[in-house]
Amino acid sequence: MPEKNINGATIAVDADGFMTDHSQWNKEVADGLAGEEGITLTDAHWKVLDFIASDFAEKGVVPGMRRMNKVGGIPTKDLYALFPDGPIKKAARIAGFPKPASCV
Amino acid sequence: MSDEKIKKVSIVVSRGSLDGIYPGLIMANGARMEGIEANLFFTFFGLYGILKKYMNSIKIATVGNPAMRVPDAKGFPLPTWMGALPGMSAFATSMMSKEMEKLDIPPVGEFIEMISDAGGKIYACKATVDMFHLNMDDFCPQLDKVLTVGEFYEMSGGAGTQIIFT
Repeated sequence: MPEKNINGATIAVDADGFMTDHSQWNKEVADGLAGEEGITLTDAHWKVLDFIASDFAEKGVVPGMRRMNKVGGIPTKDLYALFPDGPIKKAARIAGFPKPASCV
Repeated sequence: MSDEKIKKVSIVVSRGSLDGIYPGLIMANGARMEGIEANLFFTFFGLYGILKKYMNSIKIATVGNPAMRVPDAKGFPLPTWMGALPGMSAFATSMMSKEMEKLDIPPVGEFIEMISDAGGKIYACKATVDMFHLNMDDFCPQLDKVLTVGEFYEMSGGAGTQIIFT
Protein backbone atom coordinates (compact mmCIF):
# COMPACT_ATOMS: atom_id res chain seq x y z
CA MET A 1 0.00 0.00 0.00
CA PRO A 2 1.68 3.27 -1.05
CA GLU A 3 2.01 6.03 1.50
CA LYS A 4 2.58 9.68 0.96
CA ASN A 5 3.24 12.83 2.87
CA ILE A 6 0.79 15.63 2.56
CA ASN A 7 0.77 18.86 4.57
CA GLY A 8 2.91 17.23 7.26
CA ALA A 9 0.80 14.08 7.63
CA THR A 10 1.50 10.57 6.31
CA ILE A 11 -1.49 8.98 4.58
CA ALA A 12 -2.07 5.57 2.98
CA VAL A 13 -3.52 5.76 -0.51
CA ASP A 14 -4.59 3.29 -3.21
CA ALA A 15 -3.31 3.18 -6.80
CA ASP A 16 -5.71 5.97 -7.81
CA GLY A 17 -4.66 8.23 -4.94
CA PHE A 18 -7.74 7.66 -2.76
CA MET A 19 -7.14 7.38 0.98
CA THR A 20 -7.50 3.89 2.40
CA ASP A 21 -7.62 4.85 6.08
CA HIS A 22 -10.10 7.61 6.82
CA SER A 23 -8.77 8.01 10.38
CA GLN A 24 -5.67 9.65 8.85
CA TRP A 25 -7.81 12.37 7.26
CA ASN A 26 -8.08 15.90 8.64
CA LYS A 27 -8.70 19.37 7.27
CA GLU A 28 -5.02 19.99 6.50
CA VAL A 29 -4.89 16.74 4.52
CA ALA A 30 -8.02 17.88 2.64
CA ASP A 31 -6.33 21.19 1.81
CA GLY A 32 -3.29 19.29 0.54
CA LEU A 33 -5.32 16.88 -1.60
CA ALA A 34 -7.35 19.77 -2.99
CA GLY A 35 -4.11 21.55 -3.88
CA GLU A 36 -3.10 18.53 -5.96
CA GLU A 37 -6.30 19.03 -7.95
CA GLY A 38 -5.61 22.74 -8.31
CA ILE A 39 -8.48 23.59 -5.97
CA THR A 40 -8.44 26.02 -3.02
CA LEU A 41 -11.13 24.94 -0.60
CA THR A 42 -13.82 27.51 0.24
CA ASP A 43 -16.97 27.28 2.37
CA ALA A 44 -18.88 26.13 -0.72
CA HIS A 45 -16.42 23.25 -1.20
CA TRP A 46 -16.70 22.34 2.45
CA LYS A 47 -20.47 22.12 2.17
CA VAL A 48 -19.95 19.37 -0.42
CA LEU A 49 -17.22 17.60 1.58
CA ASP A 50 -19.30 17.72 4.77
CA PHE A 51 -22.30 16.28 2.96
CA ILE A 52 -20.21 13.41 1.56
CA ALA A 53 -18.92 12.69 5.07
CA SER A 54 -22.37 12.69 6.69
CA ASP A 55 -23.93 10.66 3.87
CA PHE A 56 -21.06 8.16 3.91
CA ALA A 57 -21.55 7.72 7.64
CA GLU A 58 -25.21 6.93 6.99
CA LYS A 59 -25.04 4.83 3.81
CA GLY A 60 -21.47 3.54 3.65
CA VAL A 61 -20.96 4.77 0.07
CA VAL A 62 -20.04 8.05 -1.59
CA PRO A 63 -23.31 9.71 -2.72
CA GLY A 64 -24.03 9.94 -6.46
CA MET A 65 -24.94 13.10 -8.37
CA ARG A 66 -28.68 12.78 -7.83
CA ARG A 67 -28.30 12.28 -4.09
CA MET A 68 -26.01 15.31 -3.95
CA ASN A 69 -28.80 17.29 -5.67
CA LYS A 70 -31.83 15.99 -3.81
CA VAL A 71 -30.54 15.18 -0.34
CA GLY A 72 -27.49 17.43 -0.15
CA GLY A 73 -29.24 20.35 -1.88
CA ILE A 74 -26.20 20.98 -4.09
CA PRO A 75 -27.07 21.62 -7.78
CA THR A 76 -25.19 19.79 -10.56
CA LYS A 77 -23.89 23.07 -12.01
CA ASP A 78 -22.39 24.11 -8.67
CA LEU A 79 -20.64 20.74 -8.28
CA TYR A 80 -19.03 21.04 -11.70
CA ALA A 81 -18.03 24.63 -10.97
CA LEU A 82 -16.46 23.76 -7.60
CA PHE A 83 -14.74 20.54 -8.69
CA PRO A 84 -14.21 20.82 -12.47
CA ASP A 85 -13.77 17.73 -14.64
CA GLY A 86 -15.04 14.98 -12.39
CA PRO A 87 -16.84 16.52 -9.43
CA ILE A 88 -17.76 13.48 -7.37
CA LYS A 89 -14.49 11.66 -7.90
CA LYS A 90 -12.47 14.74 -6.92
CA ALA A 91 -14.69 15.63 -3.98
CA ALA A 92 -14.59 12.05 -2.67
CA ARG A 93 -10.80 11.98 -2.89
CA ILE A 94 -10.41 15.31 -1.09
CA ALA A 95 -12.91 14.21 1.57
CA GLY A 96 -10.76 11.11 2.20
CA PHE A 97 -13.26 8.52 0.95
CA PRO A 98 -12.89 5.65 -1.56
CA LYS A 99 -13.28 6.05 -5.31
CA PRO A 100 -17.02 6.26 -6.10
CA ALA A 101 -18.31 2.89 -7.25
CA SER A 102 -21.58 3.95 -8.89
CA CYS A 103 -22.21 4.51 -12.63
CA VAL A 104 -24.58 7.43 -12.16
CA MET B 1 -5.09 2.30 -18.00
CA SER B 2 -4.04 3.51 -21.44
CA ASP B 3 -1.88 6.61 -21.66
CA GLU B 4 -4.03 8.22 -24.30
CA LYS B 5 -7.16 9.32 -22.51
CA ILE B 6 -10.53 9.80 -24.18
CA LYS B 7 -11.22 13.54 -24.40
CA LYS B 8 -14.63 13.63 -26.03
CA VAL B 9 -17.45 11.21 -26.78
CA SER B 10 -20.26 11.80 -29.27
CA ILE B 11 -23.08 9.40 -28.56
CA VAL B 12 -25.81 8.64 -31.09
CA VAL B 13 -29.18 7.62 -29.61
CA SER B 14 -31.30 6.11 -32.38
CA ARG B 15 -33.96 4.06 -30.59
CA GLY B 16 -36.93 5.27 -28.59
CA SER B 17 -37.43 2.43 -26.13
CA LEU B 18 -36.27 2.77 -22.53
CA ASP B 19 -33.36 0.42 -23.18
CA GLY B 20 -32.64 2.37 -26.36
CA ILE B 21 -32.36 5.73 -24.60
CA TYR B 22 -30.88 5.08 -21.15
CA PRO B 23 -27.52 3.58 -22.17
CA GLY B 24 -26.65 6.75 -24.08
CA LEU B 25 -27.69 8.95 -21.15
CA ILE B 26 -25.71 6.91 -18.64
CA MET B 27 -22.63 6.96 -20.87
CA ALA B 28 -22.89 10.71 -21.51
CA ASN B 29 -23.34 11.51 -17.83
CA GLY B 30 -20.55 9.09 -16.90
CA ALA B 31 -18.27 10.83 -19.38
CA ARG B 32 -18.89 14.23 -17.80
CA MET B 33 -18.24 12.76 -14.35
CA GLU B 34 -14.78 11.73 -15.61
CA GLY B 35 -14.06 15.13 -17.11
CA ILE B 36 -14.73 13.90 -20.66
CA GLU B 37 -16.66 16.17 -23.04
CA ALA B 38 -19.99 14.66 -24.07
CA ASN B 39 -22.28 15.24 -27.05
CA LEU B 40 -25.63 13.47 -27.30
CA PHE B 41 -27.10 13.23 -30.79
CA PHE B 42 -30.72 12.06 -30.91
CA THR B 43 -31.98 10.65 -34.19
CA PHE B 44 -35.00 8.70 -35.49
CA PHE B 45 -37.11 7.33 -32.62
CA GLY B 46 -34.33 8.21 -30.19
CA LEU B 47 -35.61 11.77 -30.62
CA TYR B 48 -38.49 10.92 -28.27
CA GLY B 49 -35.94 11.13 -25.46
CA ILE B 50 -35.88 14.92 -25.83
CA LEU B 51 -39.47 15.67 -26.90
CA LYS B 52 -40.97 17.31 -23.83
CA LYS B 53 -44.41 15.79 -24.32
CA TYR B 54 -43.11 12.21 -24.55
CA MET B 55 -39.71 12.06 -22.84
CA ASN B 56 -41.15 11.03 -19.49
CA SER B 57 -43.29 8.23 -20.88
CA ILE B 58 -40.57 6.17 -22.56
CA LYS B 59 -41.30 2.43 -22.28
CA ILE B 60 -39.58 -0.93 -22.49
CA ALA B 61 -40.47 -3.00 -25.57
CA THR B 62 -41.92 -6.30 -24.35
CA VAL B 63 -42.41 -7.58 -27.91
CA GLY B 64 -39.45 -8.47 -30.09
CA ASN B 65 -37.18 -8.66 -27.07
CA PRO B 66 -36.06 -12.30 -26.68
CA ALA B 67 -33.91 -11.54 -23.62
CA MET B 68 -36.94 -10.27 -21.66
CA ARG B 69 -37.68 -12.42 -18.61
CA VAL B 70 -40.38 -12.31 -15.93
CA PRO B 71 -40.88 -11.65 -13.08
CA ASP B 72 -37.23 -10.60 -12.84
CA ALA B 73 -34.00 -10.78 -14.82
CA LYS B 74 -33.45 -14.44 -13.89
CA GLY B 75 -37.07 -15.54 -14.38
CA PHE B 76 -38.83 -17.20 -17.33
CA PRO B 77 -38.59 -15.92 -20.91
CA LEU B 78 -41.62 -13.75 -21.71
CA PRO B 79 -43.40 -15.22 -24.76
CA THR B 80 -43.96 -12.71 -27.55
CA TRP B 81 -47.76 -13.13 -27.49
CA MET B 82 -47.80 -12.39 -23.77
CA GLY B 83 -45.63 -9.32 -24.24
CA ALA B 84 -48.30 -8.03 -26.62
CA LEU B 85 -51.05 -8.10 -23.97
CA PRO B 86 -52.37 -4.64 -23.08
CA GLY B 87 -50.46 -3.09 -20.20
CA MET B 88 -47.46 -5.45 -20.38
CA SER B 89 -45.06 -2.76 -21.57
CA ALA B 90 -46.31 -0.31 -18.94
CA PHE B 91 -45.99 -2.97 -16.25
CA ALA B 92 -42.45 -3.96 -17.23
CA THR B 93 -41.51 -0.28 -17.41
CA SER B 94 -42.83 0.47 -13.93
CA MET B 95 -40.97 -2.54 -12.51
CA MET B 96 -37.72 -1.39 -14.05
CA SER B 97 -38.28 2.25 -13.08
CA LYS B 98 -38.51 1.16 -9.45
CA GLU B 99 -35.18 -0.63 -9.70
CA MET B 100 -33.60 2.40 -11.37
CA GLU B 101 -34.98 4.69 -8.68
CA LYS B 102 -33.23 2.52 -6.07
CA LEU B 103 -29.96 3.11 -7.91
CA ASP B 104 -30.68 6.85 -8.12
CA ILE B 105 -30.92 6.74 -11.92
CA PRO B 106 -33.20 9.71 -12.69
CA PRO B 107 -36.24 9.72 -15.03
CA VAL B 108 -35.39 10.74 -18.62
CA GLY B 109 -36.33 14.44 -18.27
CA GLU B 110 -34.35 14.90 -15.07
CA PHE B 111 -31.42 12.94 -16.51
CA ILE B 112 -31.24 15.18 -19.61
CA GLU B 113 -31.27 18.23 -17.32
CA MET B 114 -28.47 16.72 -15.22
CA ILE B 115 -26.33 16.03 -18.30
CA SER B 116 -26.98 19.51 -19.68
CA ASP B 117 -26.14 21.13 -16.31
CA ALA B 118 -22.95 19.04 -16.29
CA GLY B 119 -21.92 20.68 -19.56
CA GLY B 120 -23.01 17.86 -21.90
CA LYS B 121 -24.49 19.02 -25.22
CA ILE B 122 -27.87 17.89 -26.51
CA TYR B 123 -28.43 17.74 -30.27
CA ALA B 124 -31.27 16.63 -32.52
CA CYS B 125 -30.94 15.19 -36.02
CA LYS B 126 -32.23 17.56 -38.71
CA ALA B 127 -33.40 14.82 -41.08
CA THR B 128 -35.60 13.34 -38.35
CA VAL B 129 -36.88 16.74 -37.23
CA ASP B 130 -38.00 17.41 -40.82
CA MET B 131 -39.40 13.92 -41.30
CA PHE B 132 -41.42 14.07 -38.07
CA HIS B 133 -42.52 17.71 -38.72
CA LEU B 134 -41.17 18.94 -35.40
CA ASN B 135 -40.32 22.46 -34.29
CA MET B 136 -38.33 23.93 -31.40
CA ASP B 137 -41.42 24.12 -29.16
CA ASP B 138 -41.65 20.33 -29.20
CA PHE B 139 -38.25 19.93 -27.57
CA CYS B 140 -37.13 20.12 -23.96
CA PRO B 141 -35.36 23.42 -23.14
CA GLN B 142 -31.99 21.66 -22.86
CA LEU B 143 -31.80 21.11 -26.63
CA ASP B 144 -28.69 22.99 -27.80
CA LYS B 145 -29.17 22.74 -31.56
CA VAL B 146 -30.64 20.84 -34.48
CA LEU B 147 -27.70 19.47 -36.49
CA THR B 148 -27.18 18.06 -39.95
CA VAL B 149 -25.12 14.90 -40.09
CA GLY B 150 -22.25 16.94 -41.51
CA GLU B 151 -22.31 19.29 -38.52
CA PHE B 152 -22.41 16.26 -36.23
CA TYR B 153 -19.19 14.93 -37.75
CA GLU B 154 -17.61 18.37 -37.54
CA MET B 155 -18.23 18.67 -33.81
CA SER B 156 -17.21 15.03 -33.21
CA GLY B 157 -13.69 15.55 -34.57
CA GLY B 158 -10.31 15.93 -32.90
CA ALA B 159 -7.69 13.77 -31.20
CA GLY B 160 -8.90 11.50 -28.40
CA THR B 161 -12.53 11.57 -29.53
CA GLN B 162 -14.96 8.72 -30.03
CA ILE B 163 -18.31 8.28 -31.75
CA ILE B 164 -20.54 5.73 -30.03
CA PHE B 165 -23.71 4.40 -31.64
CA THR B 166 -26.34 3.02 -29.26
